[in-house]
Amino acid sequence: MNRRQRPAWRPSKIAPVALVALVALALLGACGRVEQPLNSFDSQGPIAERINDLFWPVFWMAVAIFVLVQGALLVAVFLFRERKDRDRPEPKQIKGNKRLELLWTVVPTLILTGIAVPTVTTLFDLAECPRDSMEIEVIGHQWWFEFRYPDSGVVTANVMVIPEDTEVCARMTSDDVLHNFWIPKLAGKRYLVPGQETDQRLYAENPGEYWGHCAEFCGLSHARMRARVVAMTKGDFDAWVGNQLLPAAAPSPGSEAERGMEVFMGGACIGCHIIDGVNDPDPSTLTVPAPDLTHFASRGVFAGATLPAGLNPTPADWEEGLRLWLADPPTWKPGSFMSDLGLTADEIDALVAYLSMLE
Amino acid sequence: MAIDLTTETVERPATTVYRRPRLTTGFWAWITTADHKKIGILYGYTAFAFFIAGGVEALLLRLQLAGPDGAFLSAAEYNGLFTTHAVTMIFLFVMPISAAFFNYLLPLMIGARDVAFPRMNAVSYWIFLFGGLFIYSSLLFATSPAPLGGNLPGGATDASMLGSIPNSGWFIYAPNSGAEYSPGTSIDYAALGLQMLGIASLISAVNFIVTILNMRAPGMRLLRMPVFVWMTLVVALLLLFSLPIIAIALFMLTFDRQFGTLFFVPEAGGDPILWQHLFWLFGHPEVYILILPAMGIVSETLPVFSKKPLFGYPAVVFAGAAIAFLGFGVWAHHMFSSGIPTVAQAAFGLSTMTIAIPTGIKIFNWLGTVWGGRVKLATPMLFSLGFVALFVIGGLSGVTHAVVPSDWQQTDTYYIVAHFHYVLFGGAIFGLFAGIYYWFPKLTGRMYNEALGKWHFWLMFIGMNLTFGPMHWLGLQGMVRRTWVYPEEAGLGVWNMVATVGAFVIAVSVLVFMLNWSYSKRRGRPAPDDPWDARTLEWTIPSPSPEYNFAVEPVVTSLDDFWHRKYDEDAEGRAVRKEEADEYVADIIYTNGHPDHEIHLPAPSYFPFFVGLGIMIIFYGIMYHTRPWGIPLIVAGAVVTIGAFVAWGSEPLEEIHEEEHGTHDDDPHEEETEPAMSEGDA
Repeated sequence: MNRRQRPAWRPSKIAPVALVALVALALLGACGRVEQPLNSFDSQGPIAERINDLFWPVFWMAVAIFVLVQGALLVAVFLFRERKDRDRPEPKQIKGNKRLELLWTVVPTLILTGIAVPTVTTLFDLAECPRDSMEIEVIGHQWWFEFRYPDSGVVTANVMVIPEDTEVCARMTSDDVLHNFWIPKLAGKRYLVPGQETDQRLYAENPGEYWGHCAEFCGLSHARMRARVVAMTKGDFDAWVGNQLLPAAAPSPGSEAERGMEVFMGGACIGCHIIDGVNDPDPSTLTVPAPDLTHFASRGVFAGATLPAGLNPTPADWEEGLRLWLADPPTWKPGSFMSDLGLTADEIDALVAYLSMLE
Repeated sequence: MAIDLTTETVERPATTVYRRPRLTTGFWAWITTADHKKIGILYGYTAFAFFIAGGVEALLLRLQLAGPDGAFLSAAEYNGLFTTHAVTMIFLFVMPISAAFFNYLLPLMIGARDVAFPRMNAVSYWIFLFGGLFIYSSLLFATSPAPLGGNLPGGATDASMLGSIPNSGWFIYAPNSGAEYSPGTSIDYAALGLQMLGIASLISAVNFIVTILNMRAPGMRLLRMPVFVWMTLVVALLLLFSLPIIAIALFMLTFDRQFGTLFFVPEAGGDPILWQHLFWLFGHPEVYILILPAMGIVSETLPVFSKKPLFGYPAVVFAGAAIAFLGFGVWAHHMFSSGIPTVAQAAFGLSTMTIAIPTGIKIFNWLGTVWGGRVKLATPMLFSLGFVALFVIGGLSGVTHAVVPSDWQQTDTYYIVAHFHYVLFGGAIFGLFAGIYYWFPKLTGRMYNEALGKWHFWLMFIGMNLTFGPMHWLGLQGMVRRTWVYPEEAGLGVWNMVATVGAFVIAVSVLVFMLNWSYSKRRGRPAPDDPWDARTLEWTIPSPSPEYNFAVEPVVTSLDDFWHRKYDEDAEGRAVRKEEADEYVADIIYTNGHPDHEIHLPAPSYFPFFVGLGIMIIFYGIMYHTRPWGIPLIVAGAVVTIGAFVAWGSEPLEEIHEEEHGTHDDDPHEEETEPAMSEGDA
């Protein structure tokens, strides 16, 4: 048991080095700029910003306490570790200290009070929609979000379009299980509860595309339930509303798109989907609720906003994604109510041509 | 049921039709045992087996998440694995391994020969085991078709074997857990299995409370109890008050699913948020049920390895009780984004912050204990210090959840996963490993291998931080929980890969532990009886601990009684080992190891096993009550259970020593009384 015989790679020797390396790696990682469309730190509106403004001081306070406590622990272990080579007196048998107990009860209480005050004020400022905000209904479905605009009558899916610099109030409910509407760069989360209405404030400072995700576990394809919020200038927004209210574009006779329309009308599609001006069933006769496809191509994304893949998909990516989806929906979105319809390659080509003109 | 059972029990003739089993070794000895130490060991091994299962589940999850758009698992399999991982780690590992500690150590630490109701103790174990097997039998028997006529990949009608295990999340939120959205039986396996585990925990909670309140050695007043015993008491009380809530909730869910009630069905006016209230009203105290045993353990180890008394003993005890009490008033912080009223969010945010105060008190007192001590960095101490260090991180991130608007961003992301793994892995599991190493010599009579122990610690410490550290920023950068894939364009790939590597480092550390355990148990250096120069009663008996614990009932005159019999303090307050300390230790251990009279111990019994078995059969019957064999199964299970209870009631008392059967009246001056073996009452 000679000290020199002990291997040089004792864990207590390696571990601190590994830990320092880990911290260095973490700092490096935090600095590396990767595009992260769901990053809550990158706030793009006053609501998300207020939340971050509240988070960071609490975070730094936590860091200070962390350093203090871990430092004290390390110093204690270093100073008072058992050393075989020195004959030190036995430790003093201190059973406690009332003043210290008081100190470490009162100081944390004060710190927490300091945190509590801004917490409560921010909470009350952000929790409820202001009266004059623009209302958009959000309905959760397994596994996609439906958006309805009560002012204009627009009905759309997956992509919520809002005007910039406008206070938006999402009035939310669910058609089936719990969902949770989260647009990290604009706001926090709020559940969609069947049979109840919940509100979520949204506010985008600038035009842009903000990613969202259903955050509450909602069954088999929870991972495939995403959303987008697209903020536009007010002029663009009005134009968008105008376009959404038009019936679907008609394909030119004899074109591939027209064949696609025939596939749509002749297949199982009309059992669930509506294309305004093409099939106008009574919505209550539909088998299951499904996205309105009248302006399908104007959204840019589909399949719960999970396709096409990529941050900036090209039209080719879009087509590729659509082919993948049409060929076999349950493989992309397990549990999907849209089954593998057994479409032939020709039929898929035709449908892609048709759907891509539904701007 | 007006029969006076008490009278009947006492007046039963000495010769009865039954004979109690008398085996002390072999398979049937383990099946029939009523010895708290054997039951503790059964709990320990069973829980560890489930730990391995839950760990393998975690590794599979991490493999799937190693890179974006993972294709290793299907959605159904991933959902099943994250649910079962949580159920396993919470209900089948941390709770029962804590029960293993309670069982093995509680009587030893309070100077008793067993728990108050030894056979009920065995019943707890068997119901727990059968409950765990029941949940895992879902792998073979459960079905999980897609809800509402949805389509599974490849036109399948049911999820794969692995995809059919309970897959609703451990929180089983309504209405996703209802019959409509979770057809098949996989949720029933969770709901009924958890109900069984609840029965087991409830029985043991009552047992521990009665044991602690009634069977302490003479002189061991409440404020002379080791902190671990205090925390056992607090946990038992938490179980007693929180388990009925989840029992009711699970009954409601089962009735919704099996018998067409509508508690949580929104279309019929049911309320899915009600489930959340009920679940978290249990679920938050549950968090403290998981962490307080570990806090108790490190409150024992830190003083021993610092050679100092616990700093602020009354404060630590009081803080533990305060955490438990406050723990019932914070449940809605799990629901800040569920649409509860703003005032309620504020109230629960504030009540959650208050929990940080007693938690802080504990941490500072542990620091105070180490400060100025003589810190011996043996493996149990490393794990204890690791516990404090990691728990601080989990506690601090916990405070950020109490900042309600921040929580709107954090909830349902990996930030939460990071937080509770720092608390439950860095906290509970590190504390429990500290305990395993600390008491290993008393359990096995041998020393563990210190080098392997240190490897275990450092690998687990690094692996733990690699796995769960990055999840903090992953979550706030948009990593949503419970998603079987994340897209490449979310930019989350690198840290997920790091986390997966970390998970495998943890796996290696667990292998090192298993190697250490199995090697040292057989070949380890024989352990001294008091290897750590410890402070509490369990070290006043030989290693390994004898069957009867104490040949002579100990008499306690102070907190840390054993220590004060070995050490004096000099004028400066420094510890001075008494001259006669070695002689005293040798003497008391010899006395405790060599009884001069036969000692009355709880006799084994066949029936606890059959009670557990019968209850499991009933639960299978309830699940399949619509099948032709469902009702017969319920009847058969009821016959087994009731039959076992009747046989139990008419079982002879331990035959040889019947005349010695007496009662124990907790009189500190009464020294030679046998502790009560209240089997007849159980």
